[in-house]
Parts: sequence; C-alpha cells; structure tokens
Amino acid sequence: MREIYNYFKTIFFALKSLWTGMKVTGAYFFKPWKIVTQQYPENREKLQMFERTKGELVMPHNEKNEHQCTGCGICEMNCPNGTIIVKTVINETPDGKKKKALDKYIYNLGMCTFCGLCVKTCPSDAIVFSNKFEHAVFNKNKLVKTLNKEGSTLKKRAE
Amino acid sequence: MPFTFSIYDFTGFTQWVDATLRGACSPFWATLWEMVIVGVLFLAFYAVVGLYLVYAERKVCAFIQNRVGPNRVGPYGFFQTIADLIKLLMKEIISIKQADKLLFNLAPFIVIVTSFLALAAIPFAKGLHPIDLNIGVFYVMAISSMGVVGILLAGWSSNSKYSLLGAMRSGAQIISYELSVGMSLIAICVLAGSMQLSVIVEQQRDLWFIFKGHFPAITAFIIYMIAATAETNRGPFDLAEAESELAAGFHTEYSGIKFAFFFLAEYMNMFIVASLAATIFWGGWMPLHIPGLESFNHVMDFIPPVLWYIGKTAVIILIMMWFKWTFPRLRIDQLLNLEWKFLLPISLVNILIMAFIVLMGWYIGL
Repeated sequence: MREIYNYFKTIFFALKSLWTGMKVTGAYFFKPWKIVTQQYPENREKLQMFERTKGELVMPHNEKNEHQCTGCGICEMNCPNGTIIVKTVINETPDGKKKKALDKYIYNLGMCTFCGLCVKTCPSDAIVFSNKFEHAVFNKNKLVKTLNKEGSTLKKRAE
Repeated sequence: MPFTFSIYDFTGFTQWVDATLRGACSPFWATLWEMVIVGVLFLAFYAVVGLYLVYAERKVCAFIQNRVGPNRVGPYGFFQTIADLIKLLMKEIISIKQADKLLFNLAPFIVIVTSFLALAAIPFAKGLHPIDLNIGVFYVMAISSMGVVGILLAGWSSNSKYSLLGAMRSGAQIISYELSVGMSLIAICVLAGSMQLSVIVEQQRDLWFIFKGHFPAITAFIIYMIAATAETNRGPFDLAEAESELAAGFHTEYSGIKFAFFFLAEYMNMFIVASLAATIFWGGWMPLHIPGLESFNHVMDFIPPVLWYIGKTAVIILIMMWFKWTFPRLRIDQLLNLEWKFLLPISLVNILIMAFIVLMGWYIGL
C-alpha cells in the first residue's frame, strides 16, 4: 500500500515541479517587452555601460595635468602578459636627493586580457578601467598607447 | 462539374479538380497528375513550415530567455531562416573517408521521406485531406516510427563514436516511447470507435474528445505530449543529439544540405506529431462547439476550418517548445524509467478506464 501511495505521490510532485518551472519560463515568454538584450549599434547614442566594465586601462589626470603614478612598476610586475611597460627617469631635486619619476607609461591594448591585476595592485590608485570598448583600428601599432599625458607631473601629496 | 470554391469546405473544389483532370485525360494519367500536384503542394508546404518552425523556435526560445532572437534579416528577422537555408545549400557536402557511402547518403532521405509520408494522412480542412485511410491513426504511427531507421543508419554509416552513440540512444528512446504514444492514441480510438481520421474529426462536431472523454482523455493527452516530445527527439529528451555530450549526435558528420534535411525533418516531425494531437484530442479542423450554446457555435463556425487547424497545431507546437526551453535534459536511465515505470503502466490502465467509461456511457455528450 505504501509503495502505491509513494508511486502516485511521485507523479503528483513531478507534475507540480514541472509546472513550477513552466510557470517561470511562461511568464518570461508572455512579457517580451522585458527583454534585457542591448540592441547595440542602434542604441549606441544612449548606451548605458556599467561601472565595472573593463573597457581599457586609463590614467586619470586632474585639471592641473597631474596624475598619481609614482612609477613604482608594481603593475608592470603583476601584468601576466607584459602589456604594461613603465619607463621612469631619475630626477635630482634641488637639495641633492635623487627621486624616481614616471617618464612614459606604455600600455599595449592588443595584448591586454583585461584581468584587472594592475588596477587591483596599484598602491596609489593611479590607473583605472574606463568604459570605452570600441577599440577597432586599422593598424595594430595604434593599440600601443602612452597613458600619461604630455608634460604631466605627479600629484603632490597633501602634507 | 461546376467550379466551386469555399474556404469552409474544400470538397467541391477538389472534386472539380478531379473531374476536370479525368475529363482531360485517361484515368491513369489523371491519378498520376493528381499525385504530382499533391506532391508539389506538399513540397512547398514542407519547406515553408520547416523554415518557419525553425524561425518560431528561435523566437520562442529568445523570448523565454529574455532575448530578442533573430532580428536582422527582414522585419523582426522574418527572413533569417531563408538566409540560413541559402547558406546551407551553398555549403560543401563533405564526404567522410571511412563512412559507408551508400547508407550515409541514404539516411537523410529515409528520415525526410518518412516525415513526408506521414503528412499525407493528416486532415487539414474539410475536403483537404490527401488520403483518408480507414486506419489513419495506425498509418501515421507506423510511418513515423520508420524515421528511426534513418537515424540509426545515419549513426552507423558515419563511422563515428558520437554519431553511433547518438543513434543508439535515439533508437532506444523512440522504440520505448512509441508504445506510450500508441497507447494514448488507442484510448481515444476506443472513444471514437474508429481509426479513420476524418471520422474522428467528424465525431468531435459537438465536443472535442479532450472534453468528451474528460479524465482519461486528459491523461491520454498529457501522456501523448510527453511521449511525442520524446519521439521527436526534442528537449528535454534530446539525448540523441545532446550538444554538450555528443557534439551533434547522429548528424555530427553531416554537412550542407544533408544536415538541413535532418534539421527540416526534425521540425516536420514535430509538426506532424502536433497536428496529430490537434486532430485526435482537439478536434482537428473542427471549430470549438459547446452543446447548448447555439449562437456561440455559429460564431465559431465563421472562422475557417483551416485556421482552426493551424491555430490548434501552433498552440501544441508552442507547448512543445515551452517544454524544450524549460526542462533540463534527462539521463538515459531516467528516460527509460519514466517510460517503463510511469508512462506505459499509466497509459495501459488509462485504456481500461476509457473502455469502461465508453461501455457505461459515462462520457460527456449529448
């Protein structure tokens, strides 16, 4: 008797759980206006990207053309495929101290896997990922970018 | 024979065509010409239905998954599948070195011919019924089970492990689920007292069988839907071409138009199974009639039978697509458990209940 009861219970619960699943997908089916897919080339003008999108690496500069990169090279060490090359110069301050400063921050977009280790490990938050994702160019040399702007300096720390 | 044409009754029109042909040439040639006409019409129908079922499936799947689906070729992507077909036609047909050439080339034709043959017995509207066999239900069942031969041949002749595994799975599945399909149809044949599809449709003039046979008819319908989905090798029973396990199953090695044949035949089988369900359970081309509501019945009669038929078939196809995009795939042991421990015993008992109800006259009717 117990077996027969269990047999029909199995059928009943199977149908019930199948119906639960079908209700979910059926609800989606009858609401085609709730589509989440972005119609990309059409909505290019008002495309909403997310903050976390890893488009390309950029170095933010403030209005006085100052960046925060000290040229320590930690990002270069952490980069798994040699995308980043940090070129530094040794400047001598008036009081005779030798100080390392950033000369050129070279970023090869064509080799970047967008892992984000550089941003994560940067001790002075000098680099971030921007949302720009349309990178197509006709020459791969154009993908090698210098991130620090011409004549930019290190931002003075508030002392 | 005067020319008559009515969207509600094609009998006069088909008889006019027949009389004209017989008047113009000898009976042998007249029959041959009729066969050619019906064949060409079916070829066109086959291509259109196959293509648009693929389109419908892609759209339904997209909506269920909150996507847009095909939307680039033509308005709402309406010509996407035609573009796909042109692409498939122009693709190279790769011949496999170690394959059994004859069987490899024969298999897609067996699959497509069986689905084509099954189409012949389906009543599309009043008078629009190629062959009205007195064993229509049996004929459709017998023919549609021939398709598995093509699938097994495809798997065997490809000389590939994926293909063979897919084909064997498909064979085991179709042979076992065929029983349930047959049993659930027998339950309705008991109620109808006939296997002739035109008689079955005509008997549903007052009330469709799914309402007339109440409890056992609904059980038979549910069993039929499950087993028919399995018989057409569609998800959640798509073990035969489980993409994640077997590449593409029995048609892994096929390319170009031969692949398209398998693809079209799969969708056409779905259409046949759905139209059989619509005919047997939902009254085929018969409009919805409720005994006692005369004015309602007259309003329903204004909708042409062809539209009723297409509408019912479309709803059943939609349900089958809904199954496919909702449920996860069954394992092979679960698949056989479901058939041999649940569907088959239940459908056997169901026939018994149906026979008892018919004997006692306990069905809903006038």
